[in-house]
Amino acid sequence: MIQHLLDGILVGSILSLGAAGLTMVMHILKFANFSHAELLSIGAYVALVFDKIFKVTMPLMANEIGSLSMTWALILSIIVSMVFTGASAVVFDRLIFRRIRAKGEELSMVFASFGLALIVRNLIGLIFGLSTKLYSKDIVFATVLSRDPLLVVKLDQLAAFSITLVLMVVIHIVLSRTTFGYSLRAVGENPELAQVNGINLEKTIISVWIIGGGLAAVAGVFYGLTNQINPMIGRDLVLPVFAATIVGGIGSVYGALLGGVIVGLASNLALSILPSGYSPSVPFIIILAVLLFRPNGLFGEARA
Amino acid sequence: MIGIISYIVFFTTVASILAIAVLGLNLQWGNTGLFNGGVVAFFGAGAYGTLLLGGKPQPDHIAGFELFYPIALVGGMAVAGILAWVVGILTLRMRHDYLAISTFGVAVAFENLMRNAEWLGGGAKGLRGFERPFRDSLGDGFLYNLIFLVVVLLCLLATYRFLETLVSSPFGRLLRAIREDENAARSLGKSPAKIRLTAFVSGSVIMGLAGGLYGTFYAFVSPQDILPTLTFQIWAMLIVGGAGNNKGAVLGAFLIWAAWTFSGWALSRFAPVEAQLYAGSIQYILIGLVIVTMLLWRPQGLLPERLVVSQSGLR
Repeated sequence: MIQHLLDGILVGSILSLGAAGLTMVMHILKFANFSHAELLSIGAYVALVFDKIFKVTMPLMANEIGSLSMTWALILSIIVSMVFTGASAVVFDRLIFRRIRAKGEELSMVFASFGLALIVRNLIGLIFGLSTKLYSKDIVFATVLSRDPLLVVKLDQLAAFSITLVLMVVIHIVLSRTTFGYSLRAVGENPELAQVNGINLEKTIISVWIIGGGLAAVAGVFYGLTNQINPMIGRDLVLPVFAATIVGGIGSVYGALLGGVIVGLASNLALSILPSGYSPSVPFIIILAVLLFRPNGLFGEARA
Repeated sequence: MIGIISYIVFFTTVASILAIAVLGLNLQWGNTGLFNGGVVAFFGAGAYGTLLLGGKPQPDHIAGFELFYPIALVGGMAVAGILAWVVGILTLRMRHDYLAISTFGVAVAFENLMRNAEWLGGGAKGLRGFERPFRDSLGDGFLYNLIFLVVVLLCLLATYRFLETLVSSPFGRLLRAIREDENAARSLGKSPAKIRLTAFVSGSVIMGLAGGLYGTFYAFVSPQDILPTLTFQIWAMLIVGGAGNNKGAVLGAFLIWAAWTFSGWALSRFAPVEAQLYAGSIQYILIGLVIVTMLLWRPQGLLPERLVVSQSGLR
């Protein structure tokens, strides 16, 4: 039970990072972006490529940090991957979403995002193959935290969790203490009024894509590190990440951070009562429960 | 020769069944602006519902009520409608994202349930024990398929006529009014949430009909038949044909199904052996490209919606 709680929080914090970026995009651009989870996938694969490159070119970096399976090469790759994934999110916006926005067909963006997700997911499959990949081939042993009740955790998970917490604090500071944070909220509330007040809408949109892509990249790498990397990461995570945004209330970044942990916890606890085959359905059950009891989520406000 | 004819019969049957589902989606998306991300759930509900109600009793799952076939088919449509009602009542009051996400979720959950719940739908092995109606007198051969095609075409025609009448009726006008400007419709005393729900459930019942016919055609349905791919294909059909235009919906269904089967055949025929594993990926990329490029360059589709000005006020 406590093990489930622990695992739930660790997995949930990864979903939080994905959901925080997604909810920002949904807040500003007002559409459900079904291709967001593919950014996690892109992030995981880009880091995989650079991890290999760094390990070959800079053998010193290939050493593991302490008793983690994480290497300095991987840490550096995560940073590269954040930039790369943020850039690809901007490119997708330029190529597809912005053009559809310009036509005034906001609802069509949902269709387009599905189409884009299909293209990205299967291109990744074509390029990297359908088999699963790992950052490190070493077998990572879980560390026993306590024997009674039995509680085990992988050190990688703890490291990923700590980095995630740091990122969450950074997000909080950016949202509450910077002009960007204010302009983000202003654009979400009323784009016209925000522009009248001198906020550059296009710039804000680009920043949101970069931040969303960057967070997605970290989430993707950590997911790959604690599970495995395969082209279906996007397909498997799209619903949990959406569930996290709905639990938190669409548009609320804090809600999404908390929502991710709640979805992670609920999915892991559900496994103690449901057969594991049903785990893909759990996010949907969570969504239904939220819609029944608190339709606007924990922090969301009612909007038409 | 008979091979080609029987293939054409087979192709037309499947394309017509899918065209019915596309018509259902057109009512939701084309006419009312409702995004259904889980077409396959309602299609699957129809298929499973029909086969469960019309099949013979099985030892290992609850299938088999041996109902008279038309009743089983209507029952399958009802199952799809109930599922749509549950999702719709929870989400249609909210921002449109919620419907998109929930319908996508219901499709994931439905496939997951059917894959795991062996007592319900036979699990991953699929649902057995259904016998096609009149199989005793017509056999399993070409004659049966030909007659079944006629039945499917009649269903397609009936659905088409029904939707054409609906769309040109005051109710159809109301749907478009809500799609274009919800607040304006509300100011005229209409209830958008209720009317959206009606349109959503009706569209899903039509998808259920398509699913029921599909299940009947193969006398079998398994989780493999209700993968998200089908949802993407049905959208591509509507977007290519022209959202809001029922003729376009049918045209799109035939075009995309032809393109899909042809590309599958071409890949299996000409692609090198080592690429065969990736044939599916290539086909999905093609479907994704079709959706995205159509939205970018011709969002109105091949046959755009005909905008009508109601004349009643002039007379």
